[in-house]
Amino acid sequence: MTPIISVHHLSKQFKDTRAVDDLSFTVNKGDVYGFLGQNGAGKSTTIRMLLTLVKPSGGEINIFGKKLNTHRNEILRQVGAVIEKPDLYKYLSAYDNLHIFAKISGMKINRQLVMQQLKMVGLEERATSKVKTFSQGMKQRLGIAVALIHDPALIILDEPTNGLDPQGIADMRNLILNLSNEMGKTVLISSHLLSEIEMIANRMIIIHKGKKIVEGTVAELLDPAHSLIQIETANNELVKEQIRHSRWASFLQDNNKQVHLKMNREDVPQLINELVSMEAKVLSVSTSHSLENYFLSLTTQAGHVESFAN
Amino acid sequence: MWNLLQIELFKISRRPRTYIAFAAIAAIVFIFQFAFKADGQSYMDLMLQSVKDTFELERVKAINGYFMCYIILNTLLIQVPILVALIAADSISGEANMGTLRLLISKPVSRAQLILVKFAAATIFTLFLLLWMAVTSLVVSLMIFGADDMLIFRTRGEESQILLITKDDVLWRYVCAFAYATVALTVIAALSLFLSIFAENSIGPIIATVCIVIVCTIISNINVPIIDKNVKPLLFTSYLVGWKGFFYIATTSDGVPIKGSLENWPAIRKSLLILVAHIVILVTAAVVIFKKKDILS
Repeated sequence: MTPIISVHHLSKQFKDTRAVDDLSFTVNKGDVYGFLGQNGAGKSTTIRMLLTLVKPSGGEINIFGKKLNTHRNEILRQVGAVIEKPDLYKYLSAYDNLHIFAKISGMKINRQLVMQQLKMVGLEERATSKVKTFSQGMKQRLGIAVALIHDPALIILDEPTNGLDPQGIADMRNLILNLSNEMGKTVLISSHLLSEIEMIANRMIIIHKGKKIVEGTVAELLDPAHSLIQIETANNELVKEQIRHSRWASFLQDNNKQVHLKMNREDVPQLINELVSMEAKVLSVSTSHSLENYFLSLTTQAGHVESFAN
Repeated sequence: MWNLLQIELFKISRRPRTYIAFAAIAAIVFIFQFAFKADGQSYMDLMLQSVKDTFELERVKAINGYFMCYIILNTLLIQVPILVALIAADSISGEANMGTLRLLISKPVSRAQLILVKFAAATIFTLFLLLWMAVTSLVVSLMIFGADDMLIFRTRGEESQILLITKDDVLWRYVCAFAYATVALTVIAALSLFLSIFAENSIGPIIATVCIVIVCTIISNINVPIIDKNVKPLLFTSYLVGWKGFFYIATTSDGVPIKGSLENWPAIRKSLLILVAHIVILVTAAVVIFKKKDILS
């Protein structure tokens, strides 16, 4: 695995706020790397540090094996990015915007290449239209075209589906998958939606209050063995006591008033059968992934389930 | 750098606000020319009332193209800083407001390069603005009013003075005056650019530039010895009208103008150097601060 981005003990202090706190992670070549966290978790600040918009207070960033603070221009020549909203020059046409940013990226550009890029994002018909006449989805697509026009090896997308309709989100997802699978690009994508990351990323990190909570492959972190089973019964305490004396005892999450078990979802039918045989009155059973549950608790500020971390 | 400058100039040329400045200058110049064409003699009679008997003016067609340009510049060069600020103050803050600043900074362009290119673009805009002024106020005035010897009305303390420059001695003075005015207005561009790095929309830096120019101009016109000695020499506004020095012709002890001469070239040179120093300080400060700034827009 060739590391494309290596971040070591990165931190950023804004006056009284520690936006990023001792954050370390690695993005490997060919990864679609999900950068997950609730709003204000420090995702955008981290991405801005990767793109030299914000100066780190501490730590080190290496991209393509080179230190970002000493090889900035060399590195950024191979990086394409959409940072939050895809803001472009509204008084210029789509063609002019693409042409300008290609030139700034240091490439020799011709009309054919610009039109080819506009075609890729479905905007060739609107090449001469001013960006101020574009919908949010069209601006987002043009932003992607700007990020890709100089054929970068690394693409950084900060919340690229914000403000898009369902079709736009699906198109964006397909585009990112295509970039990775067909074109071999390395993609770092930030989002506050686990479901979005789950569908496109192969590796991911979750950060909260600037700190890393967990990092790993999506397959490993969303393993069905980490399912959280929530059972509603007529008498929860009695059922929990029965479980404590059964073979399911080790799966019981005892930090909750309700009946929660962390286990493989494939074993759920067997558990229910045994609960019924214990004469527990099961009213409902729901399953969710422990990571999803944890992430939901962060985003709703409802307190931690802490199940996946145990 | 050249690529970047081309892009900056392209962006400036595509913004409607760029042409507001050119339209405003054309409109003001046209109003002056129209008014003087219609009733310039009344103005001239008023100005020459006190010297009619002592100054031989019959041979001079007093209202001519050269004189008109001088009158227009006298009025217009005080207002032009606002027009320069319209563009220069938008340099960084406008990009921040549009959200394009973060895209620019994430490209392989250093922040120092970005500031220098923005400054160069604002300077070129200022130069074009003054060329436009030269065309409208000098070339067009010469076409409308013709060329002749030029009268300069000057006040020195309590004393009023009229200088006469022969028509074959005027044009080079205008070239120098416009060049000087370009340097003077470039200070305004540098000031606007400097203020622009602190803001996320262009209104703030435009207003701040105009306020600084007004306050400094007022201070430059206060005649109090302590301010004359300690404050005025440091203010760029004390040197904005230094272009007039090119029309103050040296005279013999008998009061006869010496063709091709300047009354006080060392003072003009000193003013120019102080203006250039202001530009260097403001642009350097902009680069140093902008290099350390976190882009959060």
